[in-house]
Amino acid sequence: MTIAEERSDLSHDEGGHEHDHGGPRGIYLWLTSTDHKVIGKSYMYTSLIFMLIAGAMAMIIRAQLTGPNNHLVSQQTYNELFTIHGSMMLYLFAGPFAFGGFANYILPLQIGAPDMAFPRLNALSYWLFVTGGITMLSGFFTSGGAAAFGWVSYAPLSSYSNSPGAGPDLWIVAIALTGFSGIFTAVNLITTAFYLRAPGLTMFRLPIFTWNMIVTGMLILIAFPILTAAMIMLYADRHFGAHFFTVSGGGSPVMWQNLFWFFGHPEVYILALPYFGIVSEVIPVFSRKPIFGYKGLVFATLAIAGLSTGVWAHHMFTTGTVLLPFFSALSLLIAVPTGVKVFTWIATMWGGDIEFKTPMLFVIGFLFTFVMGGVTGVMLAAPPIDFAVHDTYFVVAHFHQVLAGTAVFGGFAGFFYWYPKLTGRMYRESLGKLQFLMAFVGFSLTFFPQYLIGLRGMPRRVPVYLVSDHVTFLNQLSTVGAFLTGASFVVWLINMWISWKKPVAAGDNPWDGHTLEWATSSPPPHHNFVSLPPIRSARPLWDANHPEHADYKSHGLEVRDHEVKK
Amino acid sequence: MKVEYRIYMGIGVFVLLVMTVYFFWAKDYGGATMLFGTAGLGIMPALYFGWWKRRMDPRPEDSETATVAESKGAIGAFPGNTIWPFVLGMGAFMSGLSLVFGEWMLVIGGALLIFAATSVTLESRRGGVI
Repeated sequence: MTIAEERSDLSHDEGGHEHDHGGPRGIYLWLTSTDHKVIGKSYMYTSLIFMLIAGAMAMIIRAQLTGPNNHLVSQQTYNELFTIHGSMMLYLFAGPFAFGGFANYILPLQIGAPDMAFPRLNALSYWLFVTGGITMLSGFFTSGGAAAFGWVSYAPLSSYSNSPGAGPDLWIVAIALTGFSGIFTAVNLITTAFYLRAPGLTMFRLPIFTWNMIVTGMLILIAFPILTAAMIMLYADRHFGAHFFTVSGGGSPVMWQNLFWFFGHPEVYILALPYFGIVSEVIPVFSRKPIFGYKGLVFATLAIAGLSTGVWAHHMFTTGTVLLPFFSALSLLIAVPTGVKVFTWIATMWGGDIEFKTPMLFVIGFLFTFVMGGVTGVMLAAPPIDFAVHDTYFVVAHFHQVLAGTAVFGGFAGFFYWYPKLTGRMYRESLGKLQFLMAFVGFSLTFFPQYLIGLRGMPRRVPVYLVSDHVTFLNQLSTVGAFLTGASFVVWLINMWISWKKPVAAGDNPWDGHTLEWATSSPPPHHNFVSLPPIRSARPLWDANHPEHADYKSHGLEVRDHEVKK
Repeated sequence: MKVEYRIYMGIGVFVLLVMTVYFFWAKDYGGATMLFGTAGLGIMPALYFGWWKRRMDPRPEDSETATVAESKGAIGAFPGNTIWPFVLGMGAFMSGLSLVFGEWMLVIGGALLIFAATSVTLESRRGGVI
């Protein structure tokens, strides 16, 4: 018995045929589709375009910092560049790429659902994301330039008298639009995962990727409303004469930091957790082992979510207005579930039959950069160290290794892992490996010198330094690394181009995958599945393909003959 | 539904505990208020799922041994292609830009919003039942 048979009896398509075959194509499909696969791909490609734009800004920033007393761009332009670079990478790439792109495409497939729970809401959140991105970029075309107060937009710098013009307002509107897009996607994903699972797919059989998306969704629903509220308050301060963040009217500038980081710290995990999910999918498949400690990973993810709401003020140690021991202790505590995750990943690889294909290489690159960034994060959680290096390049190196390391290495691991499913084509393995090598060497070369630059006292967000600061050589190393990383993206584009022009068919299940997305064709048909394998464990497809080594046997379960597809 | 209820309740109660410790240790009303609201965002959905847990028939997706054949009936109604989410998004875009470029854009944005919201409701579904 398969779903297809039920479908033919039960489905009474009310005019549904028109979109099944011979439906709209090209730009009209992009505008009107409610199919989660089309929206997921649109999300992915749009956010990758935003990443390339923001990456180009990073190249200009690094070029400006190549030599002492360099004047490639004006100081105002420099401020605009790092503001929009940060805002785009965080709000328009790292989050939407995984949470809008991968989750949209993969999550319904992994749980055996025909689509997202609210397909039209899904389309709306995509359009809010695109318009948010356009709004943010359009700041460059206003007379006053784009927002120039950093992605954190601290008060009182963000007040109207300090940051006049339309650019900062466009930034506020952009954040509000993408914020709503994130909230809608979160509602959609959580509802889908809770209500549209395939029979037998209990919560504790969900793939770890889906679990991480659920927890990310919960965090988005907690964090983004606060950000939106803070944006409204900031707008009211700027235009309606409110005094939330101005001392003169009885407000408090530190209040902004409290509100922003109460969103901002969960946001760090909103960005990271989806990529942790990708990593947790790639490692078992390429090690040919089940994930080690499934429940440990799930509870570690939930623990990170819980703890992340109580650590916001570790960004504000130097304000002198926060309870240092409380926030230091909770920040250090987060290292425990994160460490559980890292050791679980290593234990999954341990003794496995590891295949070093491109996705696995990117995962290993992720592990190196993430652990390095995580260790310096533990250092920064100690107030004495934070007082010394706060707002220096040490912090810049730390959060780039955590966030960019996660989003770029985790993101490309997922991209190459699911690329055959997305397109039905294979990428070129040699170019993928070359891209990894360039990205990994370039990335390390960019950010390791920045730790030393920070320890020598160079503050972040300054456009020029002097010969007497003794940071010239390190900055030059960092710039070389940045351009090497930039070149790796050219290799990626060439890879995509070749794979597009000279397609090599990938097949439905090129990696011998474990989860349900590999049980359907590549790319999947409209409404995803013709039939589902019986689900008795967290690895239903592995069980179906390798019945002699099936996971469910160790749990004393069985699959009756008539359930198996012939 | 039990696991769904428990993970939300777990987050909510945990944040409530953090809030209690924070409130009596830091004596900071602002932070405690934000934590209290966060706890509510965990407990509120938990209560909703808990409420459903008691009213729902056992679902095949919560059963360890369910077969694919057990999911009888329609899974749901899924809409087909529609232009209205795009129009709705453009309405929200224009309305957002009115905060920057002046109220006149709200006229266009608001009109698009009302038009698209009405149309998307009237359209119901043009897809099919699965």
